[in-house]
Amino acid sequence: MSDVDPVIRFKDVSKTFKRPDGRGDFVAVDRLSFEIAKGEIVAVLGKTGCGKSTMFNIVAGLIEASSGEVKVIGRNPFREFDFFRGKIGIVFQNDRLMPWRTAFDNVRLGLQILDTDPEHAEDIARAWLKRLGLSGHENDYPHALSGGMRQRVSIARAFAVDPEILLCDEPFSSLDEITARDLRTEFVRLVRRSNKTAIFITHQINEATEIGDRVLVFHRPARIAYETRLGPAMTEEAHRSVNDDIMRVLAVEHPPRALGA
Amino acid sequence: MRLLQAAAGMIALAAGWQILSMVFPHYLFPSIPEIISRTIEILTTGSLLIDVLLTAGRIFGGLFGAFILGGILAMIIGHSRTAENFIAPVLTFFQGIPALSWVVFAIIWFHGIEFRVLFMMVMTTLPGLTFLILDALRSMSKDLFEMSMVFRPSRWTLFRFLIVPTIVPGILTAWKVNLGNAARVVVVAELVGATGGVGYELLRQQQLFDMAGAMAWTLQLVLFVLVVQQTITAIENWALRYRAVSERAM
Repeated sequence: MSDVDPVIRFKDVSKTFKRPDGRGDFVAVDRLSFEIAKGEIVAVLGKTGCGKSTMFNIVAGLIEASSGEVKVIGRNPFREFDFFRGKIGIVFQNDRLMPWRTAFDNVRLGLQILDTDPEHAEDIARAWLKRLGLSGHENDYPHALSGGMRQRVSIARAFAVDPEILLCDEPFSSLDEITARDLRTEFVRLVRRSNKTAIFITHQINEATEIGDRVLVFHRPARIAYETRLGPAMTEEAHRSVNDDIMRVLAVEHPPRALGA
Repeated sequence: MRLLQAAAGMIALAAGWQILSMVFPHYLFPSIPEIISRTIEILTTGSLLIDVLLTAGRIFGGLFGAFILGGILAMIIGHSRTAENFIAPVLTFFQGIPALSWVVFAIIWFHGIEFRVLFMMVMTTLPGLTFLILDALRSMSKDLFEMSMVFRPSRWTLFRFLIVPTIVPGILTAWKVNLGNAARVVVVAELVGATGGVGYELLRQQQLFDMAGAMAWTLQLVLFVLVVQQTITAIENWALRYRAVSERAM
Protein backbone atom coordinates (compact mmCIF):
# COMPACT_ATOMS: atom_id res chain seq x y z
CA MET A 1 0.00 0.00 0.00
CA SER A 2 1.49 3.36 -1.00
CA ASP A 3 1.11 6.62 0.95
CA VAL A 4 -1.40 8.00 -1.54
CA ASP A 5 -3.68 4.96 -1.29
CA PRO A 6 -6.68 5.47 0.99
CA VAL A 7 -6.36 3.89 4.42
CA ILE A 8 -10.05 2.99 4.43
CA ARG A 9 -11.93 2.22 1.25
CA PHE A 10 -15.57 1.19 0.89
CA LYS A 11 -16.83 0.43 -2.62
CA ASP A 12 -20.52 -0.39 -3.08
CA VAL A 13 -20.61 -2.04 0.31
CA SER A 14 -23.92 -3.47 1.48
CA LYS A 15 -24.83 -5.33 4.64
CA THR A 16 -28.06 -7.19 5.22
CA PHE A 17 -29.18 -9.01 8.36
CA LYS A 18 -31.78 -11.72 8.67
CA ARG A 19 -34.76 -10.50 10.68
CA PRO A 20 -35.07 -12.50 13.92
CA ASP A 21 -38.75 -13.24 13.18
CA GLY A 22 -37.76 -14.75 9.82
CA ARG A 23 -39.64 -12.09 7.80
CA GLY A 24 -36.97 -11.52 5.14
CA ASP A 25 -33.83 -9.41 5.33
CA PHE A 26 -33.05 -6.06 6.84
CA VAL A 27 -30.70 -3.78 4.88
CA ALA A 28 -28.41 -1.85 7.23
CA VAL A 29 -25.86 -0.58 4.68
CA ASP A 30 -26.78 0.07 1.06
CA ARG A 31 -24.05 0.31 -1.60
CA LEU A 32 -21.93 2.60 0.54
CA SER A 33 -18.80 4.05 -1.04
CA PHE A 34 -16.21 6.35 0.47
CA GLU A 35 -12.46 6.67 0.96
CA ILE A 36 -10.47 8.02 3.87
CA ALA A 37 -6.87 9.14 3.46
CA LYS A 38 -4.07 8.70 5.97
CA GLY A 39 -4.20 11.23 8.81
CA GLU A 40 -7.71 12.31 7.95
CA ILE A 41 -10.45 12.67 10.57
CA VAL A 42 -13.86 11.94 9.12
CA ALA A 43 -16.98 12.69 11.11
CA VAL A 44 -20.04 10.60 10.33
CA LEU A 45 -23.49 11.95 11.10
CA GLY A 46 -26.86 10.28 10.82
CA LYS A 47 -29.97 9.50 12.73
CA THR A 48 -30.22 6.56 15.12
CA GLY A 49 -30.39 3.23 13.34
CA CYS A 50 -29.03 4.55 10.04
CA GLY A 51 -26.27 1.92 9.94
CA LYS A 52 -23.36 4.00 11.23
CA SER A 53 -22.42 1.39 13.81
CA THR A 54 -22.76 -1.41 11.26
CA MET A 55 -20.31 0.44 8.99
CA PHE A 56 -18.10 0.85 12.04
CA ASN A 57 -18.16 -2.87 12.81
CA ILE A 58 -17.33 -3.67 9.19
CA VAL A 59 -14.27 -1.39 9.32
CA ALA A 60 -13.23 -3.01 12.62
CA GLY A 61 -13.58 -6.45 11.03
CA LEU A 62 -16.14 -7.58 13.59
CA ILE A 63 -18.73 -8.34 10.90
CA GLU A 64 -18.40 -9.06 7.19
CA ALA A 65 -20.00 -7.02 4.41
CA SER A 66 -22.67 -8.90 2.44
CA SER A 67 -21.39 -7.44 -0.82
CA GLY A 68 -18.98 -4.83 -2.15
CA GLU A 69 -15.33 -4.24 -1.42
CA VAL A 70 -13.88 -3.23 1.94
CA LYS A 71 -10.20 -2.41 2.24
CA VAL A 72 -8.51 -1.17 5.38
CA ILE A 73 -4.78 -0.56 4.98
CA GLY A 74 -5.18 -2.44 1.69
CA ARG A 75 -6.64 -5.57 3.31
CA ASN A 76 -9.98 -7.09 4.16
CA PRO A 77 -10.45 -6.51 7.91
CA PHE A 78 -12.79 -9.48 8.39
CA ARG A 79 -10.99 -12.14 6.37
CA GLU A 80 -7.48 -11.02 7.30
CA PHE A 81 -8.50 -10.56 10.93
CA ASP A 82 -5.12 -11.21 12.54
CA PHE A 83 -3.28 -8.77 10.28
CA PHE A 84 -5.00 -5.96 12.17
CA ARG A 85 -3.51 -6.84 15.58
CA GLY A 86 -2.77 -3.47 17.17
CA LYS A 87 -3.65 -1.53 14.04
CA ILE A 88 -7.16 -0.51 15.07
CA GLY A 89 -8.27 1.24 18.25
CA ILE A 90 -11.87 1.89 19.23
CA VAL A 91 -13.49 4.30 21.63
CA PHE A 92 -17.07 3.26 22.17
CA GLN A 93 -20.13 5.24 23.21
CA ASN A 94 -20.10 3.55 26.60
CA ASP A 95 -16.65 3.08 28.07
CA ARG A 96 -16.68 -0.75 27.93
CA LEU A 97 -14.16 -1.01 30.73
CA MET A 98 -13.71 -4.40 32.32
CA PRO A 99 -15.19 -3.91 35.81
CA TRP A 100 -12.76 -6.38 37.39
CA ARG A 101 -9.71 -4.44 36.17
CA THR A 102 -8.38 -1.24 37.67
CA ALA A 103 -8.01 1.86 35.50
CA PHE A 104 -4.35 0.95 35.00
CA ASP A 105 -5.11 -2.65 34.04
CA ASN A 106 -7.83 -1.53 31.65
CA VAL A 107 -5.41 0.77 29.85
CA ARG A 108 -2.81 -1.98 29.46
CA LEU A 109 -5.36 -4.58 28.30
CA GLY A 110 -4.61 -4.08 24.60
CA LEU A 111 -0.87 -4.12 25.27
CA GLN A 112 -1.19 -7.40 27.18
CA ILE A 113 -3.20 -8.92 24.36
CA LEU A 114 -0.51 -7.79 21.92
CA ASP A 115 2.15 -9.47 24.11
CA THR A 116 4.00 -6.22 24.75
CA ASP A 117 6.88 -6.54 27.21
CA PRO A 118 5.18 -6.19 30.64
CA GLU A 119 7.48 -3.43 31.92
CA HIS A 120 7.12 -1.46 28.71
CA ALA A 121 3.34 -1.96 28.82
CA GLU A 122 3.23 -0.64 32.37
CA ASP A 123 5.23 2.45 31.39
CA ILE A 124 2.94 3.12 28.44
CA ALA A 125 -0.23 2.65 30.51
CA ARG A 126 1.06 4.92 33.26
CA ALA A 127 2.09 7.58 30.73
CA TRP A 128 -1.34 7.56 29.05
CA LEU A 129 -3.17 7.80 32.35
CA LYS A 130 -0.98 10.76 33.26
CA ARG A 131 -1.53 12.40 29.88
CA LEU A 132 -5.27 12.15 30.34
CA GLY A 133 -5.20 13.56 33.85
CA LEU A 134 -5.80 10.29 35.68
CA SER A 135 -2.65 10.08 37.75
CA GLY A 136 -3.55 8.90 41.22
CA HIS A 137 -6.46 6.84 39.92
CA GLU A 138 -4.38 3.93 38.60
CA ASN A 139 -5.71 1.52 41.21
CA ASP A 140 -9.34 2.63 41.08
CA TYR A 141 -11.92 0.22 39.73
CA PRO A 142 -14.32 1.59 37.08
CA HIS A 143 -17.24 1.86 39.53
CA ALA A 144 -15.22 4.32 41.58
CA LEU A 145 -14.61 6.65 38.61
CA SER A 146 -16.91 9.30 37.17
CA GLY A 147 -18.34 8.94 33.64
CA GLY A 148 -15.79 11.39 32.25
CA MET A 149 -12.90 9.59 33.95
CA ARG A 150 -14.06 6.21 32.68
CA GLN A 151 -14.28 7.56 29.14
CA ARG A 152 -10.76 8.95 29.52
CA VAL A 153 -9.56 5.50 30.55
CA SER A 154 -11.17 4.04 27.43
CA ILE A 155 -9.48 6.71 25.27
CA ALA A 156 -6.16 5.89 26.94
CA ARG A 157 -6.77 2.18 26.26
CA ALA A 158 -7.36 2.88 22.56
CA PHE A 159 -4.32 5.15 22.20
CA ALA A 160 -2.00 2.96 24.28
CA VAL A 161 -1.58 0.38 21.51
CA ASP A 162 -0.67 3.19 19.10
CA PRO A 163 -3.13 2.11 16.39
CA GLU A 164 -3.00 3.40 12.82
CA ILE A 165 -6.76 3.78 12.73
CA LEU A 166 -9.05 5.10 15.44
CA LEU A 167 -12.75 4.42 15.38
CA CYS A 168 -14.92 6.46 17.72
CA ASP A 169 -18.59 5.71 18.19
CA GLU A 170 -20.21 8.73 19.86
CA PRO A 171 -17.58 8.60 22.60
CA PHE A 172 -18.68 11.77 24.38
CA SER A 173 -22.45 11.55 23.98
CA SER A 174 -23.10 10.37 27.51
CA LEU A 175 -21.04 13.12 29.14
CA ASP A 176 -22.00 16.61 30.25
CA GLU A 177 -21.22 19.39 27.77
CA ILE A 178 -18.19 20.81 29.58
CA THR A 179 -16.52 17.42 30.11
CA ALA A 180 -17.36 16.45 26.53
CA ARG A 181 -15.84 19.68 25.17
CA ASP A 182 -12.63 19.22 27.16
CA LEU A 183 -12.27 15.61 26.09
CA ARG A 184 -13.07 16.48 22.47
CA THR A 185 -10.32 19.09 22.40
CA GLU A 186 -7.86 16.68 23.98
CA PHE A 187 -8.90 13.89 21.63
CA VAL A 188 -8.42 15.98 18.46
CA ARG A 189 -5.04 17.18 19.73
CA LEU A 190 -3.90 13.59 20.31
CA VAL A 191 -5.13 12.37 16.92
CA ARG A 192 -3.53 15.26 15.04
CA ARG A 193 -0.24 14.93 16.88
CA SER A 194 0.05 11.23 16.13
CA ASN A 195 -1.25 11.64 12.55
CA LYS A 196 -3.80 8.88 12.98
CA THR A 197 -6.65 8.18 10.65
CA ALA A 198 -9.96 8.45 12.46
CA ILE A 199 -13.66 7.89 11.91
CA PHE A 200 -15.76 9.76 14.42
CA ILE A 201 -19.44 8.91 14.66
CA THR A 202 -21.61 11.53 16.27
CA HIS A 203 -25.20 12.75 16.51
CA GLN A 204 -24.23 16.37 16.97
CA ILE A 205 -23.67 18.60 13.97
CA ASN A 206 -21.44 21.02 15.90
CA GLU A 207 -19.26 18.19 17.13
CA ALA A 208 -18.93 16.79 13.61
CA THR A 209 -17.88 20.11 12.08
CA GLU A 210 -15.55 20.87 14.99
CA ILE A 211 -13.71 17.57 14.82
CA GLY A 212 -13.83 16.42 11.21
CA ASP A 213 -11.66 17.32 8.25
CA ARG A 214 -14.62 15.96 6.36
CA VAL A 215 -18.21 15.26 7.31
CA LEU A 216 -20.28 12.44 5.87
CA VAL A 217 -24.02 12.47 6.47
CA PHE A 218 -25.75 9.09 6.25
CA HIS A 219 -29.32 8.35 5.33
CA ARG A 220 -30.99 5.08 6.25
CA PRO A 221 -29.95 2.43 5.23
CA ALA A 222 -26.37 3.65 5.43
CA ARG A 223 -25.49 5.55 2.28
CA ILE A 224 -23.93 8.96 1.86
CA ALA A 225 -26.53 11.69 1.53
CA TYR A 226 -24.14 14.61 1.93
CA GLU A 227 -20.41 15.13 2.09
CA THR A 228 -18.37 18.22 2.78
CA ARG A 229 -14.76 19.05 3.43
CA LEU A 230 -13.92 21.48 6.20
CA GLY A 231 -10.80 23.53 6.63
CA PRO A 232 -9.19 25.50 9.45
CA ALA A 233 -9.45 28.66 7.35
CA MET A 234 -13.22 28.44 7.11
CA THR A 235 -15.05 31.53 8.29
CA GLU A 236 -17.72 31.35 10.90
CA GLU A 237 -20.30 32.12 8.24
CA ALA A 238 -19.08 29.23 6.07
CA HIS A 239 -19.32 26.97 9.11
CA ARG A 240 -22.86 28.11 9.75
CA SER A 241 -23.75 27.48 6.14
CA VAL A 242 -22.39 23.91 6.37
CA ASN A 243 -24.35 23.36 9.57
CA ASP A 244 -27.52 24.55 7.82
CA ASP A 245 -26.86 22.26 4.85
CA ILE A 246 -26.38 19.27 7.14
CA MET A 247 -29.53 20.16 9.05
CA ARG A 248 -31.48 20.28 5.77
CA VAL A 249 -30.09 16.90 4.66
CA LEU A 250 -30.97 15.31 7.97
CA ALA A 251 -34.42 16.92 7.86
CA VAL A 252 -35.26 14.92 4.74
CA GLU A 253 -35.48 11.86 6.99
CA HIS A 254 -36.86 13.63 10.04
CA PRO A 255 -40.37 15.02 10.37
CA PRO A 256 -40.05 18.84 10.78
CA ARG A 257 -41.40 18.75 14.34
CA ALA A 258 -38.57 16.44 15.41
CA LEU A 259 -36.07 19.09 14.36
CA GLY A 260 -37.88 21.78 16.22
CA ALA A 261 -38.60 23.61 12.96
CA MET B 1 -25.42 -7.15 64.88
CA ARG B 2 -26.09 -9.74 62.17
CA LEU B 3 -23.61 -12.11 63.85
CA LEU B 4 -25.33 -11.59 67.20
CA GLN B 5 -28.75 -12.42 65.71
CA ALA B 6 -27.37 -15.58 64.10
CA ALA B 7 -25.73 -16.61 67.38
CA ALA B 8 -28.96 -15.93 69.27
CA GLY B 9 -30.87 -18.28 66.94
CA MET B 10 -28.35 -21.07 67.49
CA ILE B 11 -28.29 -20.51 71.25
CA ALA B 12 -32.11 -20.73 71.33
CA LEU B 13 -31.96 -24.02 69.37
CA ALA B 14 -29.37 -25.46 71.76
CA ALA B 15 -31.38 -24.30 74.78
CA GLY B 16 -34.50 -25.97 73.41
CA TRP B 17 -32.57 -29.21 72.88
CA GLN B 18 -31.15 -29.03 76.39
CA ILE B 19 -34.65 -28.67 77.85
CA LEU B 20 -35.80 -31.69 75.83
CA SER B 21 -32.81 -33.67 77.11
CA MET B 22 -34.02 -33.00 80.66
CA VAL B 23 -37.55 -34.16 79.87
CA PHE B 24 -36.93 -37.15 77.58
CA PRO B 25 -34.66 -40.19 78.08
CA HIS B 26 -30.96 -39.74 77.42
CA TYR B 27 -30.90 -42.14 74.44
CA LEU B 28 -33.43 -39.91 72.63
CA PHE B 29 -32.10 -36.45 73.54
CA PRO B 30 -28.53 -36.51 74.92
CA SER B 31 -27.40 -33.33 76.69
CA ILE B 32 -25.59 -30.55 74.81
CA PRO B 33 -22.33 -30.94 76.85
CA GLU B 34 -22.24 -34.63 75.93
CA ILE B 35 -22.75 -33.89 72.22
CA ILE B 36 -20.01 -31.25 72.35
CA SER B 37 -17.69 -33.61 74.17
CA ARG B 38 -18.26 -36.37 71.57
CA THR B 39 -17.76 -33.84 68.74
CA ILE B 40 -14.42 -32.74 70.18
CA GLU B 41 -13.44 -36.36 70.73
CA ILE B 42 -13.93 -37.09 67.00
CA LEU B 43 -11.88 -34.05 66.03
CA THR B 44 -9.03 -34.93 68.38
CA THR B 45 -8.89 -38.68 67.85
CA GLY B 46 -6.81 -39.57 64.81
CA SER B 47 -8.65 -42.78 63.91
CA LEU B 48 -12.02 -40.95 63.99
CA LEU B 49 -10.82 -37.77 62.30
CA ILE B 50 -9.69 -39.87 59.34
CA ASP B 51 -13.37 -40.68 58.67
CA VAL B 52 -14.20 -36.97 58.57
CA LEU B 53 -11.29 -36.26 56.25
CA LEU B 54 -12.29 -39.19 54.06
CA THR B 55 -15.78 -37.73 53.63
CA ALA B 56 -14.35 -34.26 52.99
CA GLY B 57 -12.05 -35.72 50.35
CA ARG B 58 -14.96 -37.50 48.70
CA ILE B 59 -17.01 -34.28 48.63
CA PHE B 60 -14.14 -32.33 47.09
CA GLY B 61 -13.29 -35.13 44.66
CA GLY B 62 -16.89 -35.46 43.50
CA LEU B 63 -17.41 -31.72 43.18
CA PHE B 64 -14.11 -31.25 41.38
CA GLY B 65 -14.89 -34.07 38.94
CA ALA B 66 -18.37 -32.66 38.28
CA PHE B 67 -16.90 -29.16 37.96
CA ILE B 68 -14.37 -30.21 35.30
CA LEU B 69 -16.92 -32.29 33.39
CA GLY B 70 -19.62 -29.63 33.83
CA GLY B 71 -17.22 -26.91 32.64
CA ILE B 72 -16.42 -28.87 29.48
CA LEU B 73 -20.11 -29.61 28.84
CA ALA B 74 -21.05 -25.94 29.44
CA MET B 75 -18.37 -24.84 26.95
CA ILE B 76 -19.66 -27.30 24.35
CA ILE B 77 -23.30 -26.32 24.91
CA GLY B 78 -22.42 -22.62 24.88
CA HIS B 79 -20.58 -23.08 21.58
CA SER B 80 -23.20 -25.05 19.65
CA ARG B 81 -26.98 -24.96 19.55
CA THR B 82 -26.99 -28.54 18.22
CA ALA B 83 -24.93 -29.69 21.20
CA GLU B 84 -27.32 -27.89 23.53
CA ASN B 85 -30.32 -29.62 21.95
CA PHE B 86 -28.53 -32.94 22.40
CA ILE B 87 -27.02 -32.56 25.89
CA ALA B 88 -29.43 -30.31 27.84
CA PRO B 89 -32.39 -32.76 27.88
CA VAL B 90 -30.09 -35.55 29.10
CA LEU B 91 -28.85 -33.37 31.98
CA THR B 92 -32.41 -32.37 32.84
CA PHE B 93 -33.33 -36.08 32.85
CA PHE B 94 -30.39 -36.79 35.19
CA GLN B 95 -31.56 -34.00 37.48
CA GLY B 96 -34.80 -35.90 38.00
CA ILE B 97 -33.07 -39.12 39.13
CA PRO B 98 -33.00 -39.35 42.96
CA ALA B 99 -29.60 -39.57 44.63
CA LEU B 100 -30.54 -42.93 46.14
CA SER B 101 -31.14 -44.37 42.64
CA TRP B 102 -27.59 -43.38 41.65
CA VAL B 103 -26.37 -45.17 44.80
CA VAL B 104 -28.16 -48.35 43.73
CA PHE B 105 -26.87 -48.04 40.14
CA ALA B 106 -23.31 -47.51 41.38
CA ILE B 107 -23.43 -50.54 43.67
CA ILE B 108 -24.76 -52.73 40.84
CA TRP B 109 -22.34 -51.42 38.20
CA PHE B 110 -19.05 -50.91 40.05
CA HIS B 111 -16.87 -52.76 42.54
CA GLY B 112 -14.47 -50.22 44.07
CA ILE B 113 -15.96 -48.20 46.94
CA GLU B 114 -14.17 -44.97 46.09
CA PHE B 115 -15.15 -45.15 42.45
CA ARG B 116 -18.76 -45.83 43.43
CA VAL B 117 -18.86 -42.76 45.66
CA LEU B 118 -17.12 -40.60 43.06
CA PHE B 119 -19.59 -41.75 40.40
CA MET B 120 -22.58 -40.95 42.63
CA MET B 121 -21.20 -37.54 43.56
CA VAL B 122 -20.44 -36.59 39.97
CA MET B 123 -23.78 -37.78 38.62
CA THR B 124 -25.84 -35.96 41.24
CA THR B 125 -23.99 -32.64 41.09
CA LEU B 126 -23.13 -32.57 37.37
CA PRO B 127 -26.42 -31.16 35.99
CA GLY B 128 -26.62 -28.30 38.48
CA LEU B 129 -22.96 -27.35 38.02
CA THR B 130 -23.21 -27.51 34.23
CA PHE B 131 -26.27 -25.27 34.08
CA LEU B 132 -24.78 -22.74 36.51
CA ILE B 133 -21.49 -22.54 34.56
CA LEU B 134 -23.48 -22.26 31.32
CA ASP B 135 -25.48 -19.37 32.77
CA ALA B 136 -22.25 -17.68 33.80
CA LEU B 137 -20.84 -18.12 30.28
CA ARG B 138 -23.98 -16.72 28.71
CA SER B 139 -23.90 -13.68 30.94
CA MET B 140 -20.68 -12.62 29.21
CA SER B 141 -21.04 -9.06 27.94
CA LYS B 142 -21.28 -8.75 24.14
CA ASP B 143 -19.87 -5.23 24.48
CA LEU B 144 -16.75 -6.44 26.30
CA PHE B 145 -16.36 -9.31 23.83
CA GLU B 146 -16.43 -6.94 20.84
CA MET B 147 -14.09 -4.50 22.58
CA SER B 148 -11.60 -7.31 23.25
CA MET B 149 -11.88 -8.68 19.70
CA VAL B 150 -10.72 -5.33 18.28
CA PHE B 151 -7.27 -6.13 19.72
CA ARG B 152 -7.33 -9.56 17.98
CA PRO B 153 -6.64 -11.80 20.97
CA SER B 154 -5.84 -15.48 20.64
CA ARG B 155 -8.46 -17.91 21.98
CA TRP B 156 -6.31 -18.53 25.05
CA THR B 157 -5.86 -14.81 25.73
CA LEU B 158 -9.59 -14.22 25.35
CA PHE B 159 -10.23 -17.09 27.76
CA ARG B 160 -7.82 -15.67 30.34
CA PHE B 161 -8.73 -12.00 30.08
CA LEU B 162 -12.46 -12.13 29.43
CA ILE B 163 -14.08 -15.53 29.89
CA VAL B 164 -12.48 -16.54 33.20
CA PRO B 165 -13.22 -13.25 35.02
CA THR B 166 -16.75 -13.31 33.62
CA ILE B 167 -17.55 -16.81 34.88
CA VAL B 168 -15.77 -16.64 38.25
CA PRO B 169 -18.84 -15.28 40.13
CA GLY B 170 -21.01 -18.04 38.63
CA ILE B 171 -18.45 -20.71 39.47
CA LEU B 172 -18.22 -19.59 43.08
CA THR B 173 -22.02 -19.62 43.35
CA ALA B 174 -22.10 -23.07 41.75
CA TRP B 175 -19.62 -24.38 44.34
CA LYS B 176 -21.58 -22.84 47.22
CA VAL B 177 -24.92 -24.20 46.01
CA ASN B 178 -23.60 -27.67 45.23
CA LEU B 179 -21.52 -28.04 48.37
CA GLY B 180 -24.62 -28.60 50.50
CA ASN B 181 -26.05 -31.03 47.93
CA ALA B 182 -22.77 -32.90 47.76
CA ALA B 183 -22.58 -33.20 51.58
CA ARG B 184 -26.06 -34.72 51.68
CA VAL B 185 -25.38 -37.11 48.81
CA VAL B 186 -22.04 -38.31 50.18
CA VAL B 187 -23.68 -39.31 53.46
CA VAL B 188 -26.29 -41.37 51.60
CA ALA B 189 -23.57 -42.95 49.47
CA GLU B 190 -21.44 -43.82 52.51
CA LEU B 191 -24.43 -45.03 54.45
CA VAL B 192 -25.26 -47.59 51.80
CA GLY B 193 -22.08 -48.43 50.02
CA ALA B 194 -18.94 -47.53 51.99
CA THR B 195 -16.81 -48.90 54.84
CA GLY B 196 -15.63 -45.54 56.15
CA GLY B 197 -16.58 -41.88 56.34
CA VAL B 198 -19.22 -39.87 58.18
CA GLY B 199 -22.13 -41.74 56.53
CA TYR B 200 -20.68 -45.11 57.56
CA GLU B 201 -20.16 -43.84 61.13
CA LEU B 202 -23.76 -42.59 61.22
CA LEU B 203 -24.92 -46.09 60.24
CA ARG B 204 -22.86 -47.50 63.14
CA GLN B 205 -24.39 -45.02 65.62
CA GLN B 206 -27.85 -46.06 64.42
CA GLN B 207 -26.99 -49.72 65.01
CA LEU B 208 -25.64 -48.85 68.49
CA PHE B 209 -28.69 -46.66 69.16
CA ASP B 210 -26.24 -43.88 70.13
CA MET B 211 -27.94 -40.51 69.58
CA ALA B 212 -25.04 -38.47 70.99
CA GLY B 213 -22.70 -40.17 68.51
CA ALA B 214 -25.15 -39.59 65.63
CA MET B 215 -25.37 -35.90 66.53
CA ALA B 216 -21.59 -35.60 66.89
CA TRP B 217 -20.96 -37.14 63.47
CA THR B 218 -23.68 -35.00 61.89
CA LEU B 219 -22.05 -31.91 63.39
CA GLN B 220 -18.75 -32.87 61.74
CA LEU B 221 -20.42 -32.58 58.36
CA VAL B 222 -22.23 -29.37 59.28
CA LEU B 223 -18.96 -27.84 60.53
CA PHE B 224 -17.17 -28.94 57.39
CA VAL B 225 -19.81 -27.34 55.15
CA LEU B 226 -19.74 -24.14 57.23
CA VAL B 227 -15.95 -23.87 57.07
CA VAL B 228 -15.86 -24.46 53.31
CA GLN B 229 -18.77 -22.04 52.74
CA GLN B 230 -16.93 -19.37 54.73
CA THR B 231 -13.75 -20.05 52.78
CA ILE B 232 -15.60 -19.70 49.47
CA THR B 233 -17.24 -16.50 50.73
CA ALA B 234 -13.82 -15.12 51.66
CA ILE B 235 -12.50 -16.02 48.18
CA GLU B 236 -15.61 -14.44 46.67
CA ASN B 237 -15.13 -11.22 48.63
CA TRP B 238 -11.55 -11.04 47.44
CA ALA B 239 -12.18 -12.04 43.81
CA LEU B 240 -15.21 -9.78 43.42
CA ARG B 241 -13.79 -6.82 45.34
CA TYR B 242 -14.21 -4.67 42.22
CA ARG B 243 -17.99 -4.70 42.61
CA ALA B 244 -19.63 -1.54 43.86
CA VAL B 245 -21.71 -2.07 46.96
CA SER B 246 -24.43 0.36 47.94
CA GLU B 247 -24.16 1.59 51.52
CA ARG B 248 -27.82 0.63 51.89
CA ALA B 249 -26.88 -3.01 51.23
CA MET B 250 -24.36 -3.14 54.07
